Amino acid sequence: MIFFVLKRLAQSVLVMAIVSAVSFSLFNFVGDPVNNMVGQDATREQRIEIRQQLGLDDPILTQYARFLGNALQGDFGLSYRIKRPVDELILERLPATLELVFVSAIIALVVGITLGIYTGIRRSAWTSRIILSVSLVGVSLPTFIIGIALIYVFAVHLRWLPSSGRSGTMEFGWWKTSLLTIDGWRAIILPAITLSLFQLTLILRLVRAEMLEVMQTDFIKFARARGLSERAINFRHALRNTLVPVITIIGLNIGGLIAFSVITETVFQWPGTGLMFIQAVDFVDVPIMAAYLVFVALLFVLINLVVDILYFVVDPRIRLGN
Amino acid sequence: MHYGKMLAVSATALILASPALAENVFRWTSQGDALTMDPHSQNEGPTNAMNGQIYEALVTRDAALTLQPELAESWEAGADGWTFKLRQGVKFHDGADFTAEDVVFSFERAKHEASDFKEQAKSVASVEVIDDYTVKLLTDGANPILPNQLTSIYMIDKGWAEANNVVAPQDFKAKEETYAVRNANGTGPFVLESRAPDEMTVLMRNGDWWGEGMFPGNIDKIEYRPITNAATRVAALLSGEVDFVLDPPLQDLKRIEGSDGLHVTTVAQIRSIFFGMDQGIDKLRTSDAEGNPFKDPKVREAMNLAIDKAAIQRVVMEGLSFPTGMITPPGVLGNTPGNDESYGFDAAKAKALLAEAGYPDGFSVQLDCPNNRYNNDEKICQAAVAMLAKIGVRVSLDAIPKAQHFPKIQKRETDFYMLGWGVPTLDSHYVFSYLLESSGSWNATGYKNDRVDEITAAITTEIDIDKRTMMIDEAWSLVKADMPYVPIHHQVLAWGIADGWDVPIAADDAVRPRFVVKQ
Repeated sequence: MIFFVLKRLAQSVLVMAIVSAVSFSLFNFVGDPVNNMVGQDATREQRIEIRQQLGLDDPILTQYARFLGNALQGDFGLSYRIKRPVDELILERLPATLELVFVSAIIALVVGITLGIYTGIRRSAWTSRIILSVSLVGVSLPTFIIGIALIYVFAVHLRWLPSSGRSGTMEFGWWKTSLLTIDGWRAIILPAITLSLFQLTLILRLVRAEMLEVMQTDFIKFARARGLSERAINFRHALRNTLVPVITIIGLNIGGLIAFSVITETVFQWPGTGLMFIQAVDFVDVPIMAAYLVFVALLFVLINLVVDILYFVVDPRIRLGN
Repeated sequence: MHYGKMLAVSATALILASPALAENVFRWTSQGDALTMDPHSQNEGPTNAMNGQIYEALVTRDAALTLQPELAESWEAGADGWTFKLRQGVKFHDGADFTAEDVVFSFERAKHEASDFKEQAKSVASVEVIDDYTVKLLTDGANPILPNQLTSIYMIDKGWAEANNVVAPQDFKAKEETYAVRNANGTGPFVLESRAPDEMTVLMRNGDWWGEGMFPGNIDKIEYRPITNAATRVAALLSGEVDFVLDPPLQDLKRIEGSDGLHVTTVAQIRSIFFGMDQGIDKLRTSDAEGNPFKDPKVREAMNLAIDKAAIQRVVMEGLSFPTGMITPPGVLGNTPGNDESYGFDAAKAKALLAEAGYPDGFSVQLDCPNNRYNNDEKICQAAVAMLAKIGVRVSLDAIPKAQHFPKIQKRETDFYMLGWGVPTLDSHYVFSYLLESSGSWNATGYKNDRVDEITAAITTEIDIDKRTMMIDEAWSLVKADMPYVPIHHQVLAWGIADGWDVPIAADDAVRPRFVVKQ
């Protein structure tokens, strides 16, 4: 077991190193930060001087080594744009992203599983057909369009909810939450729905497919033969068996939700890490881009590690194979 | 049943609930948030706009862009500098008095190596204190336009800066943020109440402001929310969540105008859009032509005649532009109706000129263009490509984000490029010294006219206004004949405003809350 974990850890470190090196090399192509850092008044000499101060003219490998050396000491540098420490900025923005991801994961789970069961049990009802066709929208329309459409319906026309922003926040130490006030909930509804739609559709279809499969199995037929109620068969026997793959998928997708909340956060001006990343790209704020990409890589690596270890614990075949 | 009803009622209350407006709250939005509260750290639009409410300069401009007293009450020019009489009884937000030593300190800070305003403050060699409320800004030789250069050099309190260890602006090598990044202490009409970057910044009216009662503005509180996404920004205005949008996209203006309770105001902006042609280099980097066709004045004239500026105005800009023949707009000293007139459009003559110059079959060249900087920048370039194709100039377009585009101009790696230029000093010297002087830092055309260089140097010290204006006119006429650039148009800026608000629009795109009136 310990050997297995160590091996996985070593692999994770390797993955992190490769991901950060590749992403860092991309910064060569995003443009020159100096132009954004000084006004148009600055002379060419001043620009050259700043480039030298920041080491932007060094080979990309040298820059990467310097970044890695500092990062290993916990120093991610100062944002070029906001001139504040990057780790502090990410920590400050993280609660907004995590809360958004949490609420949208809940929506995706509750609605996705409920509708999945419904359409799984009542396969041929016309309501099921409608749900399935509408759910196609969730996967086929880009997040951007869905977000703007929700804003125009619920904020501009009906005026029920705010169009953007995160209001009604309360602070607990460094964690700023918006989940304790009515204003906060009104603000989070639209972005959370937008972010959840894709996952929701995925879960709905997965649960439905699993339900249909499980319903064909012998133990369900046996349960029927035993004369159990439909309710007991559907929920106690069938549903439980469908949830195993669903939970695996969700675990893996939470990381994706955090990393890819970028578009949703931009559309709704949700002040999380994704919005910060987009603004950093626009400004060529290399310290923030580098730290954010490392953070996302770390997130995926950690989730995969946990999943691997869980499999190891749960599935005896992996242990035997070892 | 009761629960259901209660739920329905509270849900309705929840949805309809909105805070009671006991005061005049001006809620507005634009694309970007201020980057820092330090008034000398970032010379950038949204940052200056925010800091300009909290901090003040010696002189300022009103909505018509004429110079007005702010922290100085009067000023006069001398041979070696300008004397400013300071306003008396002015207090910083923390209660400290504003005196001459704060002016000395603020200029030292603005001139500091790490300041982003050091170029603007450069002309002030040093500040001499005459008494507590009189200072003399010494210049190297005479400087006729010094007050023009001071409108965004904000004054900060010496005692406050020393107490909080922010005597110098933050530099790029710093490891920690300074106190001034998130704290502000100015003399201005509004006091920083709270700030959550990228969420909301709240400013409260400063009841002890020196100008209290002297200006029409009646705002008690400003709520500023940056909204990055243009569609969301417009939605916030349409839904009534904000009263004012500084930068609605041009394609949404009709929609705003057509909505009940909203209107749009427009004004010619202090920003001209043009193409530069590198006529200095011996062989173009991206052309199949031998040598450099742009060296020939006939080719440059042909380029100017081939582009139909009126068609760009009509089709690409939907009328929101002013076609021009010079690269600086009305409102800037030096713009004259004669020179401002466009070169016109004559494709046949352009083709003939090309043939005369030895390019009967035209030539190829790459056009470098930004795609996220100016109004419809990429579309203008696309239109120009099609128009130039008609006279045989085969243009390949490279439209890229500004962060990659501007370095090409800076590093002189482009043959043919789009650039826009604003003029904060409203004086042609700013345009000459950056775009037309042969050593200008943004002059990537290689243009060199000795007389223009001479005039650029002379007008920095010429105090005789008439003589100076004549020299500026002479230089512009030379440029008009030499055609180093292909002027396209002056941009128009448009603001979206809720009815009931009177927000005077200004060509420099700055909101002036002291003039904003809620009816």
